Amino acid sequence: MNTSQTDALLDVRNLKVEVTTKAGSFFPVNDHSFSVKSGETLGIVGESGSGKSMTAMSLMRLLPKHAAKIRGGSVKLDGRELLTLSEKEMRKVRGADISMILQDPQTSLNPAFTVGDQIKEALKLHAPGGRKTLRERTIDALRRVKVAAPEHRVNSYPGEMSGGMRQRVVGAIAISCRPKVIIADEPTTSLDVTVQAQYLRLLKELQDETGMAILFITHDFGIVANLCHRVIVMYAGRIVESGPVAKIFAKPAHPYTEALISAVPSLHGQKERLTTIPGQPPAPTDIVVGCPFAPRCQYADARCHSEAPPTVAADQSGDHTTSCWRAVEA
Amino acid sequence: MAEVQISAQRPRRSLWQRSRDFPILPLAVLLIVFIIPAFFAHWIALHDPYVPNLRARLQPPIFFGGTWEYPLGTDRLGRDIYSRIVHGAWYVLAVSFIGILVGVVVGTTLGLIAGYVRGWFDGFVMRLVDISLALPAMLLALALAAAMGASFLSVVIVVGFALWAYFARQVRAEVLLLRNADFVARSRVAGSSHFRILFRHILPNVTNTIVVLATLQVGIAIMLDASLSFLGIGIPRPTPTWGLLVSDGRDFIATDWWIAFFPGLAIMLTVLSVNMIGDWLRDTLDPRLRQV
Amino acid sequence: MLRYLLQRGASSLFALLIITVIVFSLSQLSGSPVDALLPDDATQEQIDIFIREWGLDQPLWKQYLTFLGNAVQGDFGVSLKWPGESAMGFVLDRMPATLRLGGLAILITLIIALPLGIAAAVYKGSAIDRIAQGFALLGQSMPNFWLGIVLIWIFSVWLGWLPTSGIGSFAHLILPAIAIAWFQISALARLTRSAMLEVLDAEYIKLARVKGVSEWAVVFKHALRNAAVVPLTYFGILAASILTGSVVIESVYSYPGMGWVAIEAIRGRDFPVVQAVIIAYAVIYMLSNLLVDLLYVIVNPRIKHG
Repeated sequence: MNTSQTDALLDVRNLKVEVTTKAGSFFPVNDHSFSVKSGETLGIVGESGSGKSMTAMSLMRLLPKHAAKIRGGSVKLDGRELLTLSEKEMRKVRGADISMILQDPQTSLNPAFTVGDQIKEALKLHAPGGRKTLRERTIDALRRVKVAAPEHRVNSYPGEMSGGMRQRVVGAIAISCRPKVIIADEPTTSLDVTVQAQYLRLLKELQDETGMAILFITHDFGIVANLCHRVIVMYAGRIVESGPVAKIFAKPAHPYTEALISAVPSLHGQKERLTTIPGQPPAPTDIVVGCPFAPRCQYADARCHSEAPPTVAADQSGDHTTSCWRAVEA
Repeated sequence: MAEVQISAQRPRRSLWQRSRDFPILPLAVLLIVFIIPAFFAHWIALHDPYVPNLRARLQPPIFFGGTWEYPLGTDRLGRDIYSRIVHGAWYVLAVSFIGILVGVVVGTTLGLIAGYVRGWFDGFVMRLVDISLALPAMLLALALAAAMGASFLSVVIVVGFALWAYFARQVRAEVLLLRNADFVARSRVAGSSHFRILFRHILPNVTNTIVVLATLQVGIAIMLDASLSFLGIGIPRPTPTWGLLVSDGRDFIATDWWIAFFPGLAIMLTVLSVNMIGDWLRDTLDPRLRQV
Repeated sequence: MLRYLLQRGASSLFALLIITVIVFSLSQLSGSPVDALLPDDATQEQIDIFIREWGLDQPLWKQYLTFLGNAVQGDFGVSLKWPGESAMGFVLDRMPATLRLGGLAILITLIIALPLGIAAAVYKGSAIDRIAQGFALLGQSMPNFWLGIVLIWIFSVWLGWLPTSGIGSFAHLILPAIAIAWFQISALARLTRSAMLEVLDAEYIKLARVKGVSEWAVVFKHALRNAAVVPLTYFGILAASILTGSVVIESVYSYPGMGWVAIEAIRGRDFPVVQAVIIAYAVIYMLSNLLVDLLYVIVNPRIKHG
């Protein structure tokens, strides 16, 4: 999004992350700008390796210490710059203002502590209180994610719960301190379809209740259509298209988005993944000349292979942008 | 998940590529300190390791006032330390090799059968494995030495006893995985005997594991052998095993340090290089064994 | 939980029983006590009396049961080398000295190895990690008896800081304890490092950070609690190695503990004392393993509730 929104809750400008490996260094997050308002859900879509999770972790400032570094840009939460905060100040933001739901409910809870202790830990850090109030708020958090018999469940260990239940607990930890923004990193990938639908409904209800903003990372356009207000599509570390969900579904401006949407099966049908797009994304360390999608694009011409496309408006309203030469010509 | 994706981009390295990481220096050290002396002691020793030469008593090593005649000095009977170390290498090699062989044969056989037939026999063998792993080998060594006197045989038994359970446990675990594999089922359908299935079909599939495990045990075997001979419950005198050589120098450490120092150094260099080669072999052939 | 501990206890007892069988059958291997205990010119009558007194005319299994019965009461006969001493009494007399030495060695091991392993994992790839790894490689290749001698050479002969051998003051314990601990430090540090590395990679560590937990609490609360199981399991092996180490190192430092007794008894062919010392070692070892099982239950709530 080039249009700066003054009412944005989370505003990310020109974010750049560099990763250094033995094979060379590259930018998995390359010049990202987007924003999200209170009560809004922004979908971040792309294949694995496109830099979605990297973006999420850089917003939390939890990139792997030695391998990855933020190389520029700004992340503002409620007008407050996060990238320049000290580690100590940033810790107060994590879990309190921005929270996150991780991908794998099987492994994202600590097996050595009860779920109650794990929820309480976040509360203790960000909203301390007496033993009793902490316990009440812990039970309340579990109740809000619709865990049955929360008074008993607080004493359970993660090993004693089902995958769907555990993911609810992870959700309870995320919402326990009433954050303004929640980043959900493919929270439903490992759940089966029914549980997945319940979980998404739950997220929506929580959002209506608290007015929090959600960044929903996924590779599934079906979920995006269901849940999100706006969406950004990432490819090889770049944002290739962004805009309101309805517009993008109606008239995708980037060939990659188009391919993604056509790869979505009917909403409750078989899980047919994105593999229907022929070819592979470039390896992160490859030097890309021109548009990174060009080798897989059915419309690509000589210019696509030689010159990187600029980001331009896809229509008159200005809230739908893309970086594709076809849009420039239009 | 960011980290995972980064590493996932790295292609798996082929065996050939990994072979370039081969630990050359440890191999060279191992050859010079251990293998070559073990097989060619008679050619490269400078003196007889057993015959005293009282005129040459307690010569210091070269660079500490000694001569090339006795490069690592002499002991209190005037025997050349270098020649004694060189002659001792053969016994160290023999004990560790045969000891490990005993462990491999006993452990593999029991592990193969236990994993294949399951049932009470499996339970029995695993019980024995637990107990054997739980018993410090030193206790058995003490008991054996007291009962039948220390000898080459008793040392080999102790080493074999200390190691067999590791092989049995690992081989059994692999057999449990393999016995349901397609090729085993096929040969069973084709009417192969159990013996044939075990030794022609399953055994070849666990050899990697056995080789890696055996290499990793060489260091342990050498160390055990050295400890026993140091205590005087290993191969008896006058055989110049390395542990015995160190023990010979113990009372002279204040004045004639070289008597104990160099044999110990030989043990250390040998075990160090064997371990480094073993680590490489494990990472190359069977990284799953990291936990063992 | 109780069932688990009972199970472990029973299995320890069973192992102990196996040891008594081994010790008993080895005493059969060692030849008839008639030759060992009676003078060469003993008359046939004397021999017969001796055989009847010692129950040597009984079947083997009966002899074993007698042996076992006596062993349970701590009766292994009298020492041949140290006249007038009961075999087990003599060993028990030396036990505190060995426990002191072993205890100090364990303490040194834990104090150095755990922080080293944790630091190496947290600062993976840093200088401290490389030092720890080099140390681990070197430590596992150095024979402890040789290290013991080299330590004497450096700290007693050259520097004159510590006594060369014997027993008495705390200073006498330092060098042998270090010599015993050396190998254990490298093994435990390596194990702690790899256990921590694995745990630090886990999703729940990421979740803790996401919650805003400080790095210190991430490492020492969330990671260590889960990683601790591995070093703890090793603690059983540690007890065994320290015990083995004490046999060797007590001999190096002429430190009159159980290990020293064991070697002296073997040299003097004092079989009752050898039997007593082996059983005593085995009991110590089993008890320390039971202690580990108990700690294991405390650290790992999954057993408690499972």
